[in-house]
Amino acid sequence: MWKWLHPYAKAEVAYQLCYKLLPYFSWLSVITLAVGSVWGLAFAPADYQQGDSFRIIYFHVPTAILSMGAYTSMAICALIGMVWQIRNAELAVYAIAPVGAVYTFLALVTGAIWGKPMWGAWWVWDARLTSELILLFLYLGVIALYNAFEDRRTGARAASILAIVGVINVPIIHYSVEWWNTLHQGATITKFAKPSISTDMLWPLLLTIAGFMFVLAALTCLRLANQIILNDARRPWVKALVERELSSVSMSKASK
Amino acid sequence: MNPRRKKRLFIILSSIGFIGAAVGFMLYALQQNIDLFYTPSEVLQGKQLSNGKVGEKPQIGQRLRIGGMVVDGSVVRSDKSLDVEFQVTDTGPKVTIKYTGILPDLFREGQGIVAQGVLIAADVVEASEVLAKHDEEYMPPELAEKLKGIKHVKPEY
Repeated sequence: MWKWLHPYAKAEVAYQLCYKLLPYFSWLSVITLAVGSVWGLAFAPADYQQGDSFRIIYFHVPTAILSMGAYTSMAICALIGMVWQIRNAELAVYAIAPVGAVYTFLALVTGAIWGKPMWGAWWVWDARLTSELILLFLYLGVIALYNAFEDRRTGARAASILAIVGVINVPIIHYSVEWWNTLHQGATITKFAKPSISTDMLWPLLLTIAGFMFVLAALTCLRLANQIILNDARRPWVKALVERELSSVSMSKASK
Repeated sequence: MNPRRKKRLFIILSSIGFIGAAVGFMLYALQQNIDLFYTPSEVLQGKQLSNGKVGEKPQIGQRLRIGGMVVDGSVVRSDKSLDVEFQVTDTGPKVTIKYTGILPDLFREGQGIVAQGVLIAADVVEASEVLAKHDEEYMPPELAEKLKGIKHVKPEY
């Protein structure tokens, strides 16, 4: 059943897949983000209570949702890397971590910018904000552990264990607004019910969420390809690849 | 799946299970302390815990946060200073909040707020900070007017 996946454990095949997918993800992200943010910031109606201030939702919600999505995918990669000992999965953990950390940071910053005019405070120690801050520290911990050892495999294993254990925080972030009294409001779209946002505000939001998802995918592909090639720098397939690239560069120079 | 992989998968999944259970117990034990605020009924009747017991009521003189809906028509402003007094409620009991200062933009009657301050009588809080809470519903003003009869314009108190 999983036979079709086996070739991708090979570094060269995974590298080529990353570079094949990269332009699609990049273009899709440019298109969805451009349309989504212009639609959301300029054309969607203002909110009945918050006026135009609510428009930061088009950056806050995508980064917040995807900070959790990226963490979950990173933990799944870590699990695959630990159980099946697949090196590409370990490299993927390190490819995703900094991107996820930036998303978490952006979610916290846009949240603070939104919180000041609406709630009246930049930061409140409620369960949602605190658990999201812990998520940022988990990402930083994964990055730090990965680089903390001389031997790359040891670092990757330590980082993977932290990534897997930290996944417990993801449901806590999601349900924090239901389990406890918080200043942060409940879920608008990530629930099993009709979204509590009117349709003409919802579409641009879905577009920006898709846009940030494609950015995450594109950056992950790029970083993963770089990690693979860095790791295999002395292997014959990389040498062959570099020679091919160099010869194509010199040929294009010669033709000029 | 070969036995070594099966063993590793089992070890990892069971350790996630154990750590998850440990975190779950911790959060359960802390359930009174993770809440950001007391509701007015919790201030007056004590918190209903999930095991059926009633938790401790906050004592007079205690610093706390209280969260609830601003009662319609309860906002009283002083003519000479920034003093303002209003009541908050959740399911019945009302708590009076006294505050001196500028209220957030979203503050209005019927709106959820969270105030931080000192409980000076059984049902009076002297607040040092008032924050506005907003719900997860977003809609254009015309729709809000049609659905809920809410006017978009910020009321003046």
